[in-house]
Amino acid sequence: MSEHETTDTGADDQENSAEPTFEAAEYADGTVTYPPHTVSPNGADRVGTVDLREYEGRVVTWTTSTATPPGVREPNTLAIVEFEMGDDYDGPVVRALGQIAEREDGAGETVDVDIGDRVEPVYADELREPGAGIREPESQSWDGFRFRPIQ
Amino acid sequence: MERVAIIGASMTRFGQRDAWVRELLAEAGAAALDDAGIDGDDLDHLYVSNMASGEFEGQTGVPNALAHDLAATPAYTARIDQTSSSGGAGVYAAWQSIASGASDLTMLVGGEKMTHRTTAEATDVIASLTHPVEYKHGVTLPSFAGLTARLYLDEYDAPRESLGKVAVKNHRNGVDNPHAQFQKEVDLDTVLDSPIVADPLRLYDFCPITDGSAALVFCPESVAEEYVPRDQYAVVSGIGGATDTHVVHERADPTTMGGVADSSDIAYEMAGIGPDDVDVAELHDMFTILEFLQSEDLGFFEKGEGWKAVEEGVTDRDGELPINTSGGLKSKGHPLGASGVAQMYEIYKQVTGDAGPRQVEADTGLACNVGGFGNCVTTAILEGSQ
Repeated sequence: MSEHETTDTGADDQENSAEPTFEAAEYADGTVTYPPHTVSPNGADRVGTVDLREYEGRVVTWTTSTATPPGVREPNTLAIVEFEMGDDYDGPVVRALGQIAEREDGAGETVDVDIGDRVEPVYADELREPGAGIREPESQSWDGFRFRPIQ
Repeated sequence: MERVAIIGASMTRFGQRDAWVRELLAEAGAAALDDAGIDGDDLDHLYVSNMASGEFEGQTGVPNALAHDLAATPAYTARIDQTSSSGGAGVYAAWQSIASGASDLTMLVGGEKMTHRTTAEATDVIASLTHPVEYKHGVTLPSFAGLTARLYLDEYDAPRESLGKVAVKNHRNGVDNPHAQFQKEVDLDTVLDSPIVADPLRLYDFCPITDGSAALVFCPESVAEEYVPRDQYAVVSGIGGATDTHVVHERADPTTMGGVADSSDIAYEMAGIGPDDVDVAELHDMFTILEFLQSEDLGFFEKGEGWKAVEEGVTDRDGELPINTSGGLKSKGHPLGASGVAQMYEIYKQVTGDAGPRQVEADTGLACNVGGFGNCVTTAILEGSQ
């Protein structure tokens, strides 16, 4: 099962939806975290979810890893992305770590990114080959969101 | 609360070893017992710092195995796993056992057997500490280092060469350490021309994969002289442990290691000293960038200034604050569970004046052992008894 097809607490508008969502958690104190935790950094209860597909992000930093573990593309360009949550949000920064999307020419190379670039999430049904590494394949999802620059 | 002394220490040769984890632990453990002049059956507690003997080797239950091999039964035994900071966590557990009065004589042995695995396999075992949303993207600890190094260089306008100079310094120190995996110098060009592993970091910015073990023997300071002369024991005057977020990208400032700052605050307060009082330090330079971050978050240098200290030679062996006189993880090697214990071995040798050609002038030393990418940290301060 994809973790993005779940219907966790407060995911009213996502129930019964098969479309993958980039699910962050919202808490009673107004904070948002990705990934979701049991309570907020301040200990507040979860009250809902936020779909990070609806937000643009900016690249905080990036790297290209050439020594990748079993089942991971090589090279593997990764970035930490900070989402722009809007003026009404005053909680801790909301970030995600993710792979950079590949070029659309099919050559398998990733798009170039740099610190400060604006990016958007794009869905990938398999980020890493389940079972190739040490992690039990059934213990977690393997789909998720890569990032690509906004033109 | 009892003040805690270290009365014996040992470490095996680090590197690619034929021995398996049980044999490595026994080698270091037996040598530490000899160093303290005691036998296995004198021990009340025996701890083993080890991250992943089950995953690497299919050998679990190592504390029990070690107790049997060293004739230490019926001592209480436990395995301490806190990933790369298992050694530091073991120091904390051993200190706690004596300080609380639960044990009058405790030995800690840290060890790991890794080199029989490929680099990809070993990297994956270590990366298994990450959150599922990190792991599925193929993140590794080296890639966290690459991400952080790029941000640090950008934010603080530090030159790439400064990272390379950490590797050069620590390899130079490792030449005089007979236990080090690499007893050879490297020059800056070699570091900067080595293959990229996690851009902007290259091969020589990373510690190797290593087999090895190290051990320490602890007792109350009040009875330390019953075992060894006064100049041969050292006192754990401060120790603190702290945890940062599991998910690295959730930290407010990715170039700050909150666990280092929090654990050192506790250790400094317990010891009644500040960072300016530290004469020598062993930092967890699993990656060159980590030496900068820790040296700043321990309060040795202002935020964003750690790189300048390396450039100016402040952290050289003959500098104002020698860092990683052992060669660090970078040169000495990083057998996960052993590393935090081996850091304390070096500080013990320094503050008791027994570091040989690596000796610096030091009454007070500090060891900072980091697990994950700053996820778990133990900082310990050791003072000579003279």
